[in-house]
Amino acid sequence: MNALEITQLTKTYKNGFSALKGIDLNVKEGNFFALLGPNGAGKSTVIGIICSLINKTSGNVFIQGIDLSKNPREAKHYLGVVPQEFNFNVFEPVEEILINQAGYYGVHRSQAIKRAEIYLKQLDLWGKRKEMARDLSGGMKRRLMIARALMHEPKILILDEPTAGVDIEIRRSMWAFLQQINEQGTTIILTTHYLEEAEQLCKNIAIIDQGRIIKNCTMNELLSELDSECIVLHLKTPLKHAPSLEGFSSCLIDNETLEVEIKQGQDINTLFAQLIQHNIKILNLRNKSNRLEQLFLRLVGTHKLPHTNGS
Amino acid sequence: MYFQDNFTAYKTIVIKEVLRFTRIWIQTLIPPAITMGLYFIIFGQLIGSQLSNINGYSYMDYIVPGLIIMSIITNSYANVVSSFYGTKFHHHIEELLVSPVANITIIAGYVSGGIVRGLTVGIIVTLVSLFFTKISIDSYIITFFIAFLTATLFSLAGLINAIFANSFDDISIVPTFVLTPLTYLGGVFYSIEMLPEFWRNVSLFNPVLYMVNGFRMGMLSVSDASLAQAIIIILIFIVLLTTICLWLLHKGIGIKK
Repeated sequence: MNALEITQLTKTYKNGFSALKGIDLNVKEGNFFALLGPNGAGKSTVIGIICSLINKTSGNVFIQGIDLSKNPREAKHYLGVVPQEFNFNVFEPVEEILINQAGYYGVHRSQAIKRAEIYLKQLDLWGKRKEMARDLSGGMKRRLMIARALMHEPKILILDEPTAGVDIEIRRSMWAFLQQINEQGTTIILTTHYLEEAEQLCKNIAIIDQGRIIKNCTMNELLSELDSECIVLHLKTPLKHAPSLEGFSSCLIDNETLEVEIKQGQDINTLFAQLIQHNIKILNLRNKSNRLEQLFLRLVGTHKLPHTNGS
Repeated sequence: MYFQDNFTAYKTIVIKEVLRFTRIWIQTLIPPAITMGLYFIIFGQLIGSQLSNINGYSYMDYIVPGLIIMSIITNSYANVVSSFYGTKFHHHIEELLVSPVANITIIAGYVSGGIVRGLTVGIIVTLVSLFFTKISIDSYIITFFIAFLTATLFSLAGLINAIFANSFDDISIVPTFVLTPLTYLGGVFYSIEMLPEFWRNVSLFNPVLYMVNGFRMGMLSVSDASLAQAIIIILIFIVLLTTICLWLLHKGIGIKK
């Protein structure tokens, strides 16, 4: 069964700008799905329509098989949303924000208090429960929004750039938490500019550009399209010239850093054998950029992606 | 299930709203007590002592109901307009929009918050008035009923103002240019019988007149308009404004892109 089904979704704003030009998208139950795209591609408009924050122009959205237009109240019960911008009342205590949100979904206060304790502890916010939301750090506010979205135990969780501006330690703990709830059966739809995040977490991916879906497949299918990868070798012994490596193109960045391009199907052992022949010793190696990032840039045809986090 | 869920959501909004204005009680509950206390001193005692009785009551006794209902009107309106516009401004209206709360529940929740604040301030002003005069209430039922309906009506009006507002300036325009003149000219400080015929007839088109006089009827048993007339007019406005609120939320005007 599809957790989310979108058919021929369009949105034209009052100023005539066409943000979505007929989008079709299916997300299967239990999936961890990445919706990627450059700034202004239409990601936030799609999410806004799914979350009933933006009125669609035409098309249909089905949540757990329920038509959002015809039966919005039932459909909304299945949906939890973590928006891009902080949108809670900063003048309310942390615990109240969660209890109120649960109340909007019909969860009784006594039950909401118990759930708030569970999620605040899981997201390491229990010690802050009585504090005003405005006093939380950026990372804590992000985690608060995740806790809030889970208070009514939704089947689908939509995260719009949930780790933006969060340090790497907290980001990784958030990834672990999201993977855990996904394994428990929650469908997760993620938009992010951190492509490493999408590659690590998501099973399926859709790329949206200029209001159209330009790619929709599994993560493995997409990554297999990458016909070459560039690895960066840090050398123990400095070199003056790039060595001649048969079958591989290489480039010396500085006398201790060598970049080598490996085409799909090429044997990396052959590369190392040749490096040993040249008596070149390697201290360590890394990918020049994230594999998904390379594909993404190729697909959307732009090099203006902010916040990319190539490793 | 649907009703139960919505009732829980309704209670949540009301509790949130009441906590909001009680948390900032120095801004919400104390100023009307001080303002109305000054009205009682200046108009009731200093100026009123120089004036003759109106409909058999001293000027102080005559203006007490008007000042109480005026504080109910301004505070029920102010509560909803500032709270709902605040939710728009800080984007936490989205918490409600993504949830399955029915539009009528949102309206009922915010309006109930406005009613609670309006009536709380009404009670505070009544207690303040006891320092200046001895109050006698002719009919508790009519007094409370008119106060409740008036608070409901102006809470709805505040909600409509907040839905349309795009800036904090917009939420002060209606109270300044519409609400205050209508209230002051609605017979709070005088009986329309004291006006020339033309202005008396003009005053009859002011809906606030019926609320002030309905409330005065409940407290003093004197009025410039019949009680039935007052109740019918207030109810018509309540139905009209509720319908407008429902339509605005359904269309997402002012709150959705």
